[in-house]
Amino acid sequence: METSEPLVARHVLEFPGGYTRSTGPVIGRFLTELRAGRIVGVRTAEGRVLVPPLEYDPATGDPVTDDYVEVGPAGTVTASAWVQEPRPEHPLDRPFAWALIRLDGADTALVHAVDAGDPKELRPGTRVRPVWRERREGGITDIACFRPEVTMIVSPVRPEYRIQAGGALRTFLEGVRRGVFLGGRCPGCAKVYVPFRASCPECGSRIAEQVELPDTGTITTFAINNLPDPRAPEVPFVSAYILLDGADIPMIALVGGVPAHEVRQGMRVRAEWVPESERTLSMANVRWFTPTGEEDAELS
Amino acid sequence: MGNRCAVIGVGQTRYTTKRRDVSIAGLVREAALRALEDAGLTFKDIDAVVVGKAPDLFEGVMMPEAYLADALGAAGKPMMRVHTAGSVGGSTALVGASLVQGGVHDRVLVVAFEKQSESNATWALSTHLPFNASLVVGAGGYFAPHIREYMRRTGAPDHIGTLVAVKDRLNALKNPYAHLRIPGIDRAMVESTPMLWEPIRYLETCPSSDGACAMVLASEPAVTGTPAWLHGTAMRSEPIFRAGRDTVNPQGGKDCAADVYRQAGVTDPRRQIDVAEVYVPFSWYEPMWLENLGFAAEGEGWKLTESGATALDGDIPWNASGGVLSSNPIGASGLIRFAEAALQVRGMAGEHQVDGARLALGHAYGGGAQFFAMWIVGRERP
Repeated sequence: METSEPLVARHVLEFPGGYTRSTGPVIGRFLTELRAGRIVGVRTAEGRVLVPPLEYDPATGDPVTDDYVEVGPAGTVTASAWVQEPRPEHPLDRPFAWALIRLDGADTALVHAVDAGDPKELRPGTRVRPVWRERREGGITDIACFRPEVTMIVSPVRPEYRIQAGGALRTFLEGVRRGVFLGGRCPGCAKVYVPFRASCPECGSRIAEQVELPDTGTITTFAINNLPDPRAPEVPFVSAYILLDGADIPMIALVGGVPAHEVRQGMRVRAEWVPESERTLSMANVRWFTPTGEEDAELS
Repeated sequence: MGNRCAVIGVGQTRYTTKRRDVSIAGLVREAALRALEDAGLTFKDIDAVVVGKAPDLFEGVMMPEAYLADALGAAGKPMMRVHTAGSVGGSTALVGASLVQGGVHDRVLVVAFEKQSESNATWALSTHLPFNASLVVGAGGYFAPHIREYMRRTGAPDHIGTLVAVKDRLNALKNPYAHLRIPGIDRAMVESTPMLWEPIRYLETCPSSDGACAMVLASEPAVTGTPAWLHGTAMRSEPIFRAGRDTVNPQGGKDCAADVYRQAGVTDPRRQIDVAEVYVPFSWYEPMWLENLGFAAEGEGWKLTESGATALDGDIPWNASGGVLSSNPIGASGLIRFAEAALQVRGMAGEHQVDGARLALGHAYGGGAQFFAMWIVGRERP
């Protein structure tokens, strides 16, 4: 027997124009107040405030009183469910949450949409406020949605400076552009400082004597950095204290051309310079320090 | 040392990653009100206010002390700001104490805070000036090489840092204010975390915290409640770029300790001091500072740690509160050390109280281990 496609058709049941539903006095009052931009609850005989109002107290079956209480407009989220992909009939066209919201002054929670942007911004206890539609018709959608209260602002701070390098730094960087490290010998304590500086941090003497240092030295200690940094070519990278031959204070510099875990304290290294045509007045002229292959130096 | 001075009130906020529920002003006020309540006083009883915090770049609020005057009841009173990098909390306490010791004021409120969640401290500590090519990334990037050098010099086994990371977090479980409370913390958990700045692992570093700490300091005639008496106060600094500077065992720290011990009559810190709250932001700094502060001979600090002597049930507990490794609102971290030392000798440290503590050391360091602040507090009058 020959199989055939099943017979399928779309069938819509929609009363033309929509049902005309009588609200009764309680729900009618609630919707009328919504149209006026207010949210009211109704008090039960036992004194609880129901929001949204109900005609009969679900706890006792008794009719509610005619005591209407304005609540909110702010409220507290008691539970929520995040909607990552809203459907066409949902109140918002971007990810949002359905939430149970206990409005201030109410004893029950109302279901509504919360436009929170990010699910992390919403948890039980989050305070929210309604966003009203400009044109209101007397329906629960007169409240477009709720939004979290303002608890944080973004404060852009951006001081901008014009930095002029001091004379000593300029002297040093001019040396680096030529491919040499310039240090300075303190006339008081005879220590050689590199980069070149104008005064001795130990004894305060003015330093005038420039000392040209070789571009070889010893790694005294180092860190293997596993956090990425724009100035390092890769992760992990080694930042090392390098004591240039003839200097009395180490410089911090990148070590390259050797796997990070093969770097050692005492390792002998030499600066790897960028080609002369690419040099500027900056330490970027030194690509990194790379092992010389000499035997390790002994550390004190 | 001047006139007698005592801590008569201590207030702390709970330390946590993000205190989104309060402004900076609300945060410092919370600590200040708790300190005042502890002392049985109100803002009306305070003569002057000293505020400390780390670089303004952390929150991007310039001169926050001016904005905080209202929150701290400082209108019409002398108010000043202290900043000595990471040691600022300790320096803040000492500046406040000096106003009492010098006879200028009878009651001084000292407050320190940080709200790290408003930006990122590693970013703020790694602002690279033009022309320089510094490769230091945050505090961990700076201190890791010095820890490596300590390990080389002393031959300390790799697991010493792990022991401190576990010990301080176990202590934190007994401190209701502590930020990091890690149930089941043990060596395996610490060792399973990645190296950030080798040799420093993730769980061997301090957290980033929001929080504030406050103390009320009083002259002898103005003492209320339970006092912790100051027996010694000292600050030292040294240039960060100095040929021959020992970055593992800095001279500034040794000199500062010698000064504070001399004032307090301490000749053998290991025996005479009952409990120490020492600034240990990376676990290896415990053995390093044990040597720097004279609790152990040079090269021997790690053995003291390994023996368990610095644990809460050891003979010289270090960081019974959980320390900086468990709570680190940077600007406040030093003040918390000083405050916890005071709580111990007042017998008010709660579940992490060291039984019978009579003499305690509070310690802070900052910058490239170049600023030091210390005090010794005691149960008895000096």
